[in-house]
Amino acid sequence: MSTAVRQPPAAGGTAERKPATLGQALRRAMRDAMADDPDVHIFGEDVGTLGGVFRVTDGLAAEFGPERCADTPLAEAGILGTAVGMAMYGLRPVVEMQFDAFALPGFEQLVSHVSRMRNRTRGRMPMPLTVRVPYGGGIGGVEHHSDSSEAYYMATPGLHVVTPATVADAYGLLRAAIASDDPVVFLEPKRLYWAKADWDPEAPEAVPGIGEAVVRRTGTSATLITYGPSVPVCLEAAEAARAEGWDLEVIDLRSLVPFDEATVTASVRRTGRAVVVHESPGFAGPGGEIAARVTERCFHYLEAPVLRVAGFDIPYPPPMLERHHLPGVDRILDAVARLQWESGWTSRQDTGRGGGAR
Amino acid sequence: MTVLEQPGTHAPASPPAWRPRTEAGPLLPDAEPYRVLGARTGRLPDGSDGSTAPQDGSGTPTPGAEGAAGAGKVKEPDAELLRRLYAAVVQGRRFNEQATALTRQGRLAVYPSSRGQEACQVAAALALREQDWLFPSYRDTLSAVARGVDPVEVLSLLRGDWHHGYDAHRTRVAPLCTPLATQLPHAVGLAHAARLRGDDVAALALVGDGGTSEGDFHEALNFAAVWRSPVVFLVQNNGFAISVPLAKQTAAPSLAHKAVGYGMPGRLVDGNDAVAVHEVLTEALERARSGGGPTLIEAVTYRLEAHTNADDATRYRTEEEVTAWREHDPVTVLERALRQRGLLDEETVTAAAEAAEQQAADLRARMNTEPRPDPMELFTHVYTEPTAQLREQAAQLRAELAAEQATEGGATGEENR
Repeated sequence: MSTAVRQPPAAGGTAERKPATLGQALRRAMRDAMADDPDVHIFGEDVGTLGGVFRVTDGLAAEFGPERCADTPLAEAGILGTAVGMAMYGLRPVVEMQFDAFALPGFEQLVSHVSRMRNRTRGRMPMPLTVRVPYGGGIGGVEHHSDSSEAYYMATPGLHVVTPATVADAYGLLRAAIASDDPVVFLEPKRLYWAKADWDPEAPEAVPGIGEAVVRRTGTSATLITYGPSVPVCLEAAEAARAEGWDLEVIDLRSLVPFDEATVTASVRRTGRAVVVHESPGFAGPGGEIAARVTERCFHYLEAPVLRVAGFDIPYPPPMLERHHLPGVDRILDAVARLQWESGWTSRQDTGRGGGAR
Repeated sequence: MTVLEQPGTHAPASPPAWRPRTEAGPLLPDAEPYRVLGARTGRLPDGSDGSTAPQDGSGTPTPGAEGAAGAGKVKEPDAELLRRLYAAVVQGRRFNEQATALTRQGRLAVYPSSRGQEACQVAAALALREQDWLFPSYRDTLSAVARGVDPVEVLSLLRGDWHHGYDAHRTRVAPLCTPLATQLPHAVGLAHAARLRGDDVAALALVGDGGTSEGDFHEALNFAAVWRSPVVFLVQNNGFAISVPLAKQTAAPSLAHKAVGYGMPGRLVDGNDAVAVHEVLTEALERARSGGGPTLIEAVTYRLEAHTNADDATRYRTEEEVTAWREHDPVTVLERALRQRGLLDEETVTAAAEAAEQQAADLRARMNTEPRPDPMELFTHVYTEPTAQLREQAAQLRAELAAEQATEGGATGEENR
């Protein structure tokens, strides 16, 4: 499914692709969704007059009024709980959970109701709501401002878990999330809010829908499987790896649930090696699930165990130490180096599959 | 004024200019549980003079005081309403008995009975108009049944054939909610959404005394008051959260007093007086509909049975206490009131009893059939479209079921030979 929400102008049109930030694309997605559908309501802490602490909802209250883009009391369970009631009545709420760690008071509503209401009511009462959560570190935030909680959400059946890494995806995936009749936890990588790309807000490019991964860089030596804030890091690592003779493929999952097994396994079957990269702690983290699935489905194609480069199994560190925690280029290259390039026992040595240059 | 606009100043004022945003006085609840029927019946059969506070030192409730302070203001209830409430309460009592019996027969996995709370359950259902919504908790099955929802569909959760059985949109009864107080913000959100759309809809949310300690209770009341949502919160203070008495739950003067902190009025009512509960609810709902905002109502009542059939109430309360409350049984209170007014002829009694028996017999018969939930439906409603992983798991279960059926078929074949 594709999300070409706005048709690009006819050939020879005056579409102007100017640098836009990921945050601006998110804002535009909400603006266009509100314009297209009067049932879309945005609310949360500071989203109205202020435009959100990251200014992602800037101008929406002014354009659509304080009832369509509403400041709420400071209470995340209340925000999510009332969103459930609004969805019951047929609205399409989009709520903001200011920071990842501040979303936790709403966890019960999310797990006990948002994720289950469709199932509980045999499809009669869907929950078409979007929960926007700024997540991840790398912005020098003090405690509770840099968490990555995706594993909790992924472990909750009934939720879609989506995370953009590009400006075009920020728009396209958020439009798809708001339009979806399933509840979507929309994880926004904080440190990419200011990442720029050429993008035309009047003619946003179509992007693949929720549940589809995208190969951001093709390669033949090994596959880096990643998402959200780690996508640019992996692309950088792949560039650096060329010096070592490795040609790395980079997959941006875009959606952790549904998980695009087809794209991931097709890539790993081609390259024979895989590393999963994410910021959230490695133990019982998303990488464990992904590595297990890849191993179950690609065992005979693998030249090495699937490795993980993840945040350490520690509470998120203070800002002065966070660079030691976050997966960086060097740590990713170290993992790639451990993908048993020396293994000579395989009968499937195939120069066409690249790698093994060491 | 727009829906979200608030009266009063938004600008922070320095202490010399400070004024309270709302006067607290008018929000304070009744000094004693408001009663209509009790106000006429004089003394309790146990001889208490009515001076007892709604709670004794142990924090467990004692039956309501007779001759409440507001007795003089009480207006004579409408005869037709008395008859309707009587029929509904009799039917409600019989429903509770039948449902409890069904647990003994293994037809229900569990039944949290509302025996003793029938006045609240029935009044809640009857105070609502067609277009209003009810948000019940797991103990409020009777309120849904009294609203006219098919009892078998209401009991789906407790029977265990699915988590929920009725069409919530058609009945305007939200699914019975198990995690305590989490249904309260839903009621606020729904009422708010209706108001945003300009619809004349109010919501009534039910919660217990234990539920008032939950964070969602606080957040729901706060949102409702700030948004002036057309929602009414009815706390059925039945004395216990499973085994824990109110004294260990709160140090508030009464649960109704909590309303003041949110800037909404609190009401305290005798929860075993169906007429009083109905009247207080009707007023609060009317106030909500006319833009007056939410109300918190505490109904003082008593859970005559254990928490569920799996609970042993003798471990935390005395038989004397239960006996005292039996004297203030909501069915008896109503029956006595009707009799005093000459409204209870044999025909009315028989008609009510027959209707109740009819419903119970129908429920019994329908619950005695074996439900056959389709295992494949487990995968149908998780998402709009099942994920690739769910499709794989569904295929696995389908194969397992086929194998099971083949084995059973084979075994039957053997027996037949």
